[in-house]
Amino acid sequence: MKNIFAVAGVVIKELYRRKDFYVLFILTVLVCLIMGSVNIFNDKQIVRYLKELCLLLIWISSLVIAITTTARQIPAEREQRTLLPLLAKPLTRTQLIFGKFLGCWIACGLVLICFYVFFGALAASRDHAWPLLNYFQAAFLHWIVLGVVVALTLLGSLVFAAPSSNSTICFVIVATILCVGRYLDAVALAQTEPFRSIIYAFYFAIPHLEIPFEMRNLIVHDWPLIGWNFIGLDTIYMLAYAAAFLVAACLVFRHKAVN
Amino acid sequence: MTLLALLIFCFGIAANLQPRFQALENTRRQSDNFFNLLLGDSSRMFANSFYVKADEYYHSGFYPTIFDNNEAFETPHIAEDTGAVNSKNHGEEENFMGPPRDWIDAFGRNFIPNRHTHLDEGGPTDDLSTSDKVREILPWLKLSAELDPDNIQTYTVTAYWLRRLHNDKEANRVLLEGLRNNPDSYEILFELGRLYYESYHDTDRARNVWELAVRKWLALDPQTQKDNKLIFDKITTHLGELEKNAGNLPKAVNWLKAAQTVSLDPGSLQKQIDEMEAKMAAQPSPAPTNSIP
Repeated sequence: MKNIFAVAGVVIKELYRRKDFYVLFILTVLVCLIMGSVNIFNDKQIVRYLKELCLLLIWISSLVIAITTTARQIPAEREQRTLLPLLAKPLTRTQLIFGKFLGCWIACGLVLICFYVFFGALAASRDHAWPLLNYFQAAFLHWIVLGVVVALTLLGSLVFAAPSSNSTICFVIVATILCVGRYLDAVALAQTEPFRSIIYAFYFAIPHLEIPFEMRNLIVHDWPLIGWNFIGLDTIYMLAYAAAFLVAACLVFRHKAVN
Repeated sequence: MTLLALLIFCFGIAANLQPRFQALENTRRQSDNFFNLLLGDSSRMFANSFYVKADEYYHSGFYPTIFDNNEAFETPHIAEDTGAVNSKNHGEEENFMGPPRDWIDAFGRNFIPNRHTHLDEGGPTDDLSTSDKVREILPWLKLSAELDPDNIQTYTVTAYWLRRLHNDKEANRVLLEGLRNNPDSYEILFELGRLYYESYHDTDRARNVWELAVRKWLALDPQTQKDNKLIFDKITTHLGELEKNAGNLPKAVNWLKAAQTVSLDPGSLQKQIDEMEAKMAAQPSPAPTNSIP
């Protein structure tokens, strides 16, 4: 475990040395502040459009950071020729994979804390309310989704040739799931066989990342808390997918040449 | 030599193109709307999306997608609730999603808005003290109006909800802007009359504006009149009520008789007419009745 945390620590330090997070955070803040300064019929208490925009930007920024940070982990080690020395130490391939995953996931969590604190401050400036538990539920599930994305990207970095192609493919997969994942079963029902079965197979096979993504509507429109049992079940569901992707990554890495 | 030839060629092209760019620049200046410049006619498509987004906000996110049954939302409820729009809604507004298709769908419904509510009726918390949260629909209505200045309903609906929020000054500004873009709109005139009558209590201005609305409506061709009976019904009944409250019973009777020609419930109007005629008969020397303009 000590080795895993050591690798994770290096990944986290790398995040705050790079400019990705700072650029995206400042961009999000600027866009939200500009949109917040728009005069809408001289009413200063309108806030929901701002909350929706801010949450959308947070999701886009966090996905960009998660995918781009993870996609270059293993290829960067290979390019800098640090992979062999790493594996020559008492660090197994599985520990390396788990260390990279944990580092990227914790880094995403730190990023999310910054973003959601800004979101809370922005919402409170007009709403004059702090539904902290609601924000915690949204941020927690968002972090769990990023865990699945990080695991998927890590697997992709071992399968695809370059970080750019890995990033692009992962972005496309994640964006597609977020936008249409909920409706694939409705699309399947409207088809004839064998397309119905194929689409249904995809529907049940993919991780339904859109479930926490659509929680944004509950935050924007001030709906009550979701039951904690549902939060727990969704966490287990997502972590199962993350575990499956990590196991697949370990199996692929075990048979991959590192030189 | 080559350089000189190229210079002469460039000069020739510039002299040829300059008048055309000048003409294009003049055409562009005729439209000072940023979105029309940027998007052209496709701004209308975005305008409709934002109008529907306002209705989605009215329902706190509980809204059908293209995969759901949207029979109960064909006329946005933000417009239907103003009482001045023909409603095409039918069917179930609570269960447009239908039963869950599978366990993933059933589980996912715990993470989305899953109850039909209206912002002006308390929203998801059913707290009537938060009914002013209906203001949250305004940014989308404002954007929709800017993208499609020819859509009359956007102005009337925006003004209605601004009045409900006691923001009469802004409601007035929106309706006047709507009239500048759509000078023959009887719907906007009706809403303006409501603002003057119900919010400013300015009976004379309301009467003038409503009578102008009637004249605009009567100038329509018969088919358009047939398709827009509701608004004429509303204008004439409001004029009838105005004249009745002002003590001008003969005029009030005339307006209600005009409303009867298009009303879906002429019987209730007839009752009001009978009451007023009885009052007139009981009064000495009734004033001569005027026909509607």
